[in-house]
Amino acid sequence: MRFKVATTMLIVVALVFAVAGCGSDGSRANTIRVVYRSYSDFTAMGPLVTAVKTEFEAANPGMTVQLVPVTALDNDYQHKLQLMQRSAATAPDVFFEDSYYVNSDAAAGYLLPLDDYLGSWPDWHSQFIESTKQAGKSVDGKTYGVPLGTDSRGLWFNRNILARAGLPADWQPATWDDVLGAARKIKQVEPDVEPLYLPVGKPMAEGTSITLQMLLHGTETANLYNAATKRWVAPSRGMQDALNFVATAMREGLMQTAAQAEDTQWSRVERTRLIAQEKIAIVMDGSWYPSFWKPGGVSPWPNWSQTLGTAAFPTQHGQAPGKVNLSGGLTLALGARTAHAQAAFQFMTIAVNQKNSAAMALACSWLPVRKDVQADPRLSQADSSEPFWAGLLPLTRYRPTLADYPKVSDTMQTAGESVINGADPSRAAQQWADAVVRLVGSGETEAG
Amino acid sequence: MISVPITARARIGRWLPLTPATVLLGIFVAGPVLWCVFAAFTDTALTGAAARDPDFVGFQNIERVLTGPDIGASVWSTVVFVVASAVIGQNGLGLLLAVLIQHRSRFVRQTVSATVISEWVLPEVVAALAIHEVLNDHGPMNQLFRFMGTGPQEWLYTAPMSVVIVANAWHGAAFSLLIYQAALDEVPGELIEAAQIDGAGPVRRFRYVVLPLIRRTIAANLVLVTLQNIGMFSLIFVLTGGGPGNKTETLPLLMYEQAFKYGRIGLGAAIALVLLLLGAVFSSAYVRSLSRQV
Repeated sequence: MRFKVATTMLIVVALVFAVAGCGSDGSRANTIRVVYRSYSDFTAMGPLVTAVKTEFEAANPGMTVQLVPVTALDNDYQHKLQLMQRSAATAPDVFFEDSYYVNSDAAAGYLLPLDDYLGSWPDWHSQFIESTKQAGKSVDGKTYGVPLGTDSRGLWFNRNILARAGLPADWQPATWDDVLGAARKIKQVEPDVEPLYLPVGKPMAEGTSITLQMLLHGTETANLYNAATKRWVAPSRGMQDALNFVATAMREGLMQTAAQAEDTQWSRVERTRLIAQEKIAIVMDGSWYPSFWKPGGVSPWPNWSQTLGTAAFPTQHGQAPGKVNLSGGLTLALGARTAHAQAAFQFMTIAVNQKNSAAMALACSWLPVRKDVQADPRLSQADSSEPFWAGLLPLTRYRPTLADYPKVSDTMQTAGESVINGADPSRAAQQWADAVVRLVGSGETEAG
Repeated sequence: MISVPITARARIGRWLPLTPATVLLGIFVAGPVLWCVFAAFTDTALTGAAARDPDFVGFQNIERVLTGPDIGASVWSTVVFVVASAVIGQNGLGLLLAVLIQHRSRFVRQTVSATVISEWVLPEVVAALAIHEVLNDHGPMNQLFRFMGTGPQEWLYTAPMSVVIVANAWHGAAFSLLIYQAALDEVPGELIEAAQIDGAGPVRRFRYVVLPLIRRTIAANLVLVTLQNIGMFSLIFVLTGGGPGNKTETLPLLMYEQAFKYGRIGLGAAIALVLLLLGAVFSSAYVRSLSRQV
């Protein structure tokens, strides 16, 4: 008898769970789900979406915003998001999307084309800076993402260390050799300091391909993808020179050691700490570093702006235009399966209005994507390097994030990693070119 | 005649309480496994056109896995890792410790067991970060080396596989220790005594009396330890991420990299099948070689 009671209770419990499971979907009727990345290196989305939620719910009585933070690094966030998008039950309505994935996620059918909504949104035409709009645009010509912020890449340098090595406070290298030359001088004078940091190595993942592309853009080859002929450029003399630059810095001990470059924990935390401790002289990376140094950042450093200078990264031999820049784009996108497209779009417009856009630029050290935010004096007050990085935007380039790009990027990561582990750069370049030809097909490539 | 409906009722009655568990296992274990096998024959991806509309590609993934440049190195790394870290490391260390502390005082037994188990209790990620701190440039290991006059060593770069093997053996030895402690306690004292009277020393007693008696436990432990370790991911991922290069890229890491770094779910599932096959090979080898006699 007792046995029967127990069985019956188990069945009842199982049924209750089953019914509850069915019920939870119904409660989404008036809810929009917002998914964003939240991690120690990127904490600003939480306050933003919380503020937007309050504003949105006040303007739309009866609607609820469900905030879903995903605690993960860049790459993991995007893949968790893609897994969520595979099922209607978990698919988000509004989400944070790196421009790197816009093309492939649009092809996957995850993203809602926004053109119909953007057409009747005055800010899109009057305020958004034209060049930043390409971050959310796909190869099919439609726009799938609205830019939240952008960035620039170049060199940060420690004025104190450079002064000791006899280099000027307004150091501006004109060629790659100037960069290596400065690093050599620093190595002589300050043996305890790592002269140069280049984002290369397994933990950097996509960062490795970005570094190689920055270098490639400054060579005669210039392109990874020839937009005119619609072909990938491989084999590429420029890529060989780029790999050679990294190999030279590695061989002469001018950059972080191979062990450091391959160490996940070093890349994540130790590196920013070493920069703040003035143990790394020159850093080839991006405009977002001040967000690491402010109170509550990865390694707070109140006096960074007195110590650090900035310089554009030069072209190989100083050829025109003399410097290079590469930008990434961070966007907000809408889910293709959303049942509340209009409401989700409204949420998005609040998130990127002047007030919120400025708050994000300040919190993340992002470069503004709106003209009215660009004119905001608070930006340069909070981060004295902001005008410099914004000044590099006119010559900026974006990665050719076509459907084949992730595959090509893998091959660049392998090449970069092999070179820091001691491989011969010409051989690495040849193997890279072979891999690209194999992956995209020989009809899709050209030599350069 | 009357007994038939009763048996049927009894049978139903016996199955009834198992139904929820069976249904749950079916949905959450058998379901994903079947889906994984199915996905291995498609070009399912996380993103791109194949994510919208995956195609059946037959044996293409399996072929790519078997002929690809990564797989040989990866299978080899997995075998080295499992043999060195699980079979020799965890299993051997567990047995050795169990034998060494068997007849010691309660204090020794409890101190050793508690120490080893406390390592096991640590989550893999925490254990890996602890090892990383120890081997770090400014960690205690290199401080010691500096003190002794040799320069600091870049352990995770120069000997990544050895670090991973030792770390995992250190972290997981407790399981084998507990199993072998229980098995050794079951060995009848009279047999040992008899052998001792016959003049057998400790090594021979262990080899000819104890070992044959705990043979089945060894087989069971080897199967369990191998299957626990063949899929080891987080410890290696946190320590080396599979690098440098692909020096520690065991099959689970290769699978993760293909499926979740490059988004090729179908290919990742095909690698999972290879992993399954490797596990089956290991297990059947143990069962055959160790349960033939006794």
